[in-house]
This record gives sequence, C-alpha cells and structure tokens, in this order.
Amino acid sequence: MIKISLPSCIMLLLLVSGCSKIEPWVKPYERDQLADPIMSSARDPVSKSYMTHVYQAREAARGAEGGAGGGCGCN
Amino acid sequence: MQKHITQVAKSTPKALRLSKAVMFFSLWTSVSQLHAAILPEDRADFMYHSYEGGGIEITGPSILVRKQIDDKFSFYGNYYVDNITGASIDVVATASPYEENRTEYKAGMEYLRDQVTLKTSYTHSEENDFLAQSVNFDVSQEIFGGMSTVSLGYSYGWDEVGRSTDPTFSRDVDRQSYRVSLSQVLTKKLIAELAVETITDEGFLNNPYRQVRYFDATAARGFNYEFEVYPNTRTSTAVALRAAYYLPYRAALHAEYRIYEDTWGIKASNIELKYTHPFKDKWIFDISLRGYEQTAADFYADIFPGANAQNFLARDKELSTFTGGSYGFGVSYEFTKEWGFIDKGTFNFSFNHLEYEYENFRDVTAGGAPGSEPLYFLDADIVQMYISLWY
Repeated sequence: MIKISLPSCIMLLLLVSGCSKIEPWVKPYERDQLADPIMSSARDPVSKSYMTHVYQAREAARGAEGGAGGGCGCN
Repeated sequence: MQKHITQVAKSTPKALRLSKAVMFFSLWTSVSQLHAAILPEDRADFMYHSYEGGGIEITGPSILVRKQIDDKFSFYGNYYVDNITGASIDVVATASPYEENRTEYKAGMEYLRDQVTLKTSYTHSEENDFLAQSVNFDVSQEIFGGMSTVSLGYSYGWDEVGRSTDPTFSRDVDRQSYRVSLSQVLTKKLIAELAVETITDEGFLNNPYRQVRYFDATAARGFNYEFEVYPNTRTSTAVALRAAYYLPYRAALHAEYRIYEDTWGIKASNIELKYTHPFKDKWIFDISLRGYEQTAADFYADIFPGANAQNFLARDKELSTFTGGSYGFGVSYEFTKEWGFIDKGTFNFSFNHLEYEYENFRDVTAGGAPGSEPLYFLDADIVQMYISLWY
C-alpha cells in the first residue's frame, strides 16, 4: 500500500499544474485497473444519488458529495 | 538509406524489436482512444427504495434511463418518488402536518467534444406544499495526458414554500451552487479527487410547520411552543477528498473525508470507507462504514428560556449537535443473456443501517422535567433493490 499524505498530494498537483516539463507518469495503457468499474465511486448512479439524498435529509452538511458524472480521468 | 533498411529487414533481432514497437504503438493508440473522454454508457435502472426509522417509512421507485446519440450526446431522464407514511418525532410532539408524497423529475444532457464534456440538466420536485426547481451546468476537461480532470459547475434553484393549512401562505427561496473539482491519477492503482462546493440560499429557509419550545411556567407541562425563525440567508462550503485504490487482487478500496462549515455556525465532517470485492466475474460484493459528526447552529436550542428569546430560533434536530454512524453491504449479480436489444444486466440489493445520537435534542414524548428528558436517538434501515440494463 503506497502511503501518500495530503501535503504531498497537494505539492504533486501544484507541480503537475505549474511545470510543463513533467510528463504524465501513468500512461493510458497502464490505466486498465483504474478503468475497472469497481474503481468508480458511482458505479450505480441511481443508488449513489439516493444515498446522497438520504444523508442530506438527516444531516446539515451538504455539497461536494461527488456526482455520478465523470472526473476519474480513466474512462 | 536503402542499405540501412535492408540491414534492418535482414536483422532478425532488430526486426523483432521493430515488430514489437509497431505492436506497442498500435496498443498505445487503441488504448489512448479507449481512455479518451467518453460519455456514460446507455443503461436503464429500475429501483425500489425503502427507508424505515424515526417513526416514518419512506418508499418509492426511482427510474433512470440514459441514451447516447451520435456518440456526442447523451440524454437521460430520472423519475423519483418518496411516499411518506408515519409520524416523525416533530409530528408526534406538535401534531404538525407534513408532506406525504414527493415526486421528482430530472432531465439532462451531456455533450462530448474532444476532451471536454458539457453537462446541463433540469430538476423539478413537487410536494403538496413545496415546489423546487433547479438548472445545473457543468463542464469537465481532461488534461495532462488524461491523468487529470478539472470540473466546474454552477446550479441555480428556485423553491416555492407553502403551508397546507394556509392556502395564502407562499414564500420563495433562491439557491445557488458553485463547485470545482480536480480528479488526479496518482499511480497505476490509485486515483484521488479533491472537490469544493459553495452553496448559498436566500429566502424562507425554515420549515413552515416546525416549532421551537420554551419554558412557560403557566403551561401545564412547563413549556410551550412557537414557530421557529431562521435567518433568510445561508452560505456553506464543503471540501471533500476521495481516493480509490486497486488492490493486488481484483478488489477496490474507496475512502472519503469531507469537512463542512456554514454561516449558521455548523461545522461537520464525515469519513467513509468502502470495500468492493468481485467474485467469479458475475458477482460484486460491497461493504461500507461511515462516520459523521456536526456542531449545532448558533441559534439552535432544545428549549429556550422564554417566548421570543432571541431573533432567530431553531429546534430542528438536523441543526443540533450530534454524531452518526452507518454500515452497509450490497451485492450485485450480472446476467449476460441477450434479450433483444439488451446486452447485459444486473440484479442489485443493498442494505444500510444508520444511527444518530443527538447531544442536545431531547425526546419530549418520553416525559420528564422540561429540559431533562432523555436525549433522542434515531436509527434507520435502508433497503435498495434495483435492476440495471445495458443496451
């Protein structure tokens, strides 16, 4: 299990966005495991949106729930 | 030049390497195309959902149908119903009326152009005393060789709040949401997402039926009720970090941590872990654990010292201080028999159990001296059963 802390993630993202010399280090042909449906946070959108609705009804917190849409970069 | 080409052609090891390079390039090209931004698959989901807890039962269907056109557009529609029966703690305590049915329609479209996806949708939700409508716009772009996806979104909603006991009562609420997220492939097995969303509400934000209670020595039970009063604006910000990790065998571990804060003084956070385990290609099992905690709104109290004790008054248990926990499991079975235009389908079942322990919301139905009744506790069971079809 690779340990990645939040600060290192942020640094990594800043580097990615600010330094054009860094090349993508995970090639498209290496993303088959990331593209596996079991890796999707919303494998079944109808269920995902229902549970979001349940929690919104019981809790004050709202927002940033993550949509059923894309954003995984591995479609 | 001709000599060089001839040498390459005659050199078996070099020819093999060239052949491998061609194969590698072909594979890379095909996989690149595979991993380019794509639209969601054509599928339909037919769900029955059930929530039972806190004295109420909420059941109903949810049907979601999605269809691509020309590989550039994807249209979808969602029909969702909540049928509510029973009586919550608020209703039992104050005999307040409440909605018995909510029907929601949602229609949306996604448009894909190169690495950019544009999304828009409209939602219409109706109860006998509440109408909510919203429009949503989102744009996503893959960058950095497809390793990063940046998404921006905006929603505008407008509600009409009524009161079934007073046909002349009508109030408006405007809602706006601004969201941004970055999804990042970190390794061959690890992907993470950082999402931020700010939501602003303006208008009549309290429940038109719910009441707060206050000490009243003249009342037989020692307290009395008056309608709650909320501020007419609320702005909240939530930040979520999610990650998914592909385990050495075919299984996945999902994690989420979210923090939340709003202008009503509520601070909250939740953490969730989910483990997904396929079994013999046809089955997928999920187990999940989730924890939640929040502080109360500044103007919340279980019982106020007197009538009109302050300018804003709330006794909604969702605005109190509490902690929550839940666990759940799910199972999915895939069948691949082709039925006409159906390519494959899944049968799905999931169960979740929720528990909330309230730290300053008391169960007035349990009796006792005002302000010293037992603290309220809520648990609920959630069942989802659905069939998904791909075509």
